[in-house]
Amino acid sequence: MYRYDQYDQAIVDARVEEFRDQTARRIAGELTEDQFKPLRLKNGLYLQLHAYMLRVAIPYGTLDSRQMRMLAEIARKYDRGYGHFTTRQNIQYNWIKLEQAPDILADLATVEMHAIQTSGESVRNISADQYAGATADEIADPRPWAELLRQVTTFMPEFSYLPRKFKFAITAADSDRAAIRWHDCGLRLVRNEAGEDGFEVYAGGGMGRTPMIAPLIRSFLPADQLFGYVQAILRVWNRHARRDNIHKQRMKILVHELGAEEFTRQVEEEFAGFEARDVDPPRAEYDRIAAYFAPPPFETGLPDEIDRSDPDFALWLDRQVAPHKAPGYAIANISLKPVGGIPGDISAEQMEVVADLAERYSFDELRATHAQNLVLPHVRKADLYAVWQALDAAGLADVNLDLVSDIIACPGLDYCSLANARSIPLAQKISTRFADIDRQRDLGELKIKISGCINACGHHHAGHIGILGVDRKGTENYQLLLGGSGAEDVSAAKITGPGFDEDGVVDAIEKTLDAYVRLRDPGERFLDTYRRIGVEPFKEAIYG
Amino acid sequence: MADALRYRTDAPADEPAVTLDAFLDQADAASVRIEAGDDVRHLLPHLARVKLVEIDFPRFRDGRGYSSARILREAGYTGEIKATGDVLVDQLLFMRRCGFDSFAPEAPITPAAAERALSAYPYVYQHAADDAVPVWKLRHG
Repeated sequence: MYRYDQYDQAIVDARVEEFRDQTARRIAGELTEDQFKPLRLKNGLYLQLHAYMLRVAIPYGTLDSRQMRMLAEIARKYDRGYGHFTTRQNIQYNWIKLEQAPDILADLATVEMHAIQTSGESVRNISADQYAGATADEIADPRPWAELLRQVTTFMPEFSYLPRKFKFAITAADSDRAAIRWHDCGLRLVRNEAGEDGFEVYAGGGMGRTPMIAPLIRSFLPADQLFGYVQAILRVWNRHARRDNIHKQRMKILVHELGAEEFTRQVEEEFAGFEARDVDPPRAEYDRIAAYFAPPPFETGLPDEIDRSDPDFALWLDRQVAPHKAPGYAIANISLKPVGGIPGDISAEQMEVVADLAERYSFDELRATHAQNLVLPHVRKADLYAVWQALDAAGLADVNLDLVSDIIACPGLDYCSLANARSIPLAQKISTRFADIDRQRDLGELKIKISGCINACGHHHAGHIGILGVDRKGTENYQLLLGGSGAEDVSAAKITGPGFDEDGVVDAIEKTLDAYVRLRDPGERFLDTYRRIGVEPFKEAIYG
Repeated sequence: MADALRYRTDAPADEPAVTLDAFLDQADAASVRIEAGDDVRHLLPHLARVKLVEIDFPRFRDGRGYSSARILREAGYTGEIKATGDVLVDQLLFMRRCGFDSFAPEAPITPAAAERALSAYPYVYQHAADDAVPVWKLRHG
């Protein structure tokens, strides 16, 4: 994976010192909270309901054992012994003291990490396929491009006070594990007939109160022109977005209002200017970065057979382990969704276990996923049993990847100052209701996503089953949505009807799934049944 | 404006800036004021007679002015670009990089504070309107 050179390190170190100075000015009263707010937000520091929350960037979801151990140390030293993985492959700490925030950033800088642009109206952490570099269904590892993009979009002079936040996602695979079309800009690395790399560019996707699936605006952008094109997109949006209504300032609104064709025309016009000015880094810079992402030295001649005699291990194997491009290797998914637990939460001790496993069994690499789980990307099949045993001992061997209890949930009203309703207790109730693993397996692939407010951090629009918490006359109310997807078969979920209280929505989910079991064709996923028969049979089951 | 920060050696323009519409109407005007919603590209055919462009920031969060300044510099304009309005010390570096070379903020910024903000970062990751060299160029020559 990428390592900082003297320049990267100097820039991150300078950021720490700048923020230390800003924080000191705030504590001394030289800056008002109003003046300090945009500064702290450029450093991922939010003021939440009970404390400051710090969001740490994990670029394209990749980290190593040294970084994971530091995340554990920070959890112990500055928080309450745990952290929370987010839907942007980042980690958040929920109990931070302002005066310690600069020290945390300094600690992070020692392991080449930061919190730059993890909040505020700027280009956010770039998310990516968590199987990048390990899966057989991609044309190349997209992370060198993601790292290049991370660097050139850091502290962009022209685009640091954007109309709203801006999110990139990148993949190089046929299967979309990064929900690229739900992003402001989704990039899919493709190869043309001449063997050249380029990008399919999607623009104007997003969730929030106005869900939009990004249209394709360029079917082949030569990869070397990525930064010029990105700047053209940002400039068109920065110049022409509305600035009078915060709810209408995301790029998706501009793309929608102009129409994809006109938006594309304007982008291409700006792009011609950027191209003429030759703004992209040279190929040598891509090559330098790509060298860090060279495949690890996979052993050859390894066996593909796995001893399945331990039935609990076999269950985990069938659910949590995905095929790897290298013979004899596998991708191991670590669930952060125990029954009754908080989705994405992990203790410092568990982080250290995972760090040890990465170091010993996965070429020192880890991934965070947008579904709030972790991945050991490169495990020898012969080592899977040992990995499973260690995970099991640490309470990390849950078997529920993409099942009903693998729930995405935002922090909700338990932490977040924007939330209208709690998300976490609802996720806990659902996973408890459907705890039985045989039932979960019978229900098959099911993506439940819960947001505690209209901002949709819990991706409810993209849930096979989505839940949106709203405030109705002072009480928490949950709307049920069906039929969304964040994968390559992307779609926006639709509201079924009147909302429910917390227990009521759990009942409604159960009725929905009972109906699915009755109505499905053999082997059919919930989403496919829904698409085949429509919402009516489900409405009848829920409200009838 | 006594508190203005100016990073140019030539004499300041001696006439007040007029609105973009007025500027386009008056063939001898040399100072123009760009509001956040104005399309600065209307100015491009007339750059030869422009000595000062004031770009206003009605709120610090409104970043349209950064693009306006970049577009002027990309078009070859070498005269003064002054940032006015809600301009904060922590924005000066980005503004300088976009081509602003003078500042008349509503709330004054001391030269020392400006100097600190402008020298906070030893390197940059991308080209802009200034002469800072991006790190990829330092890496590869």
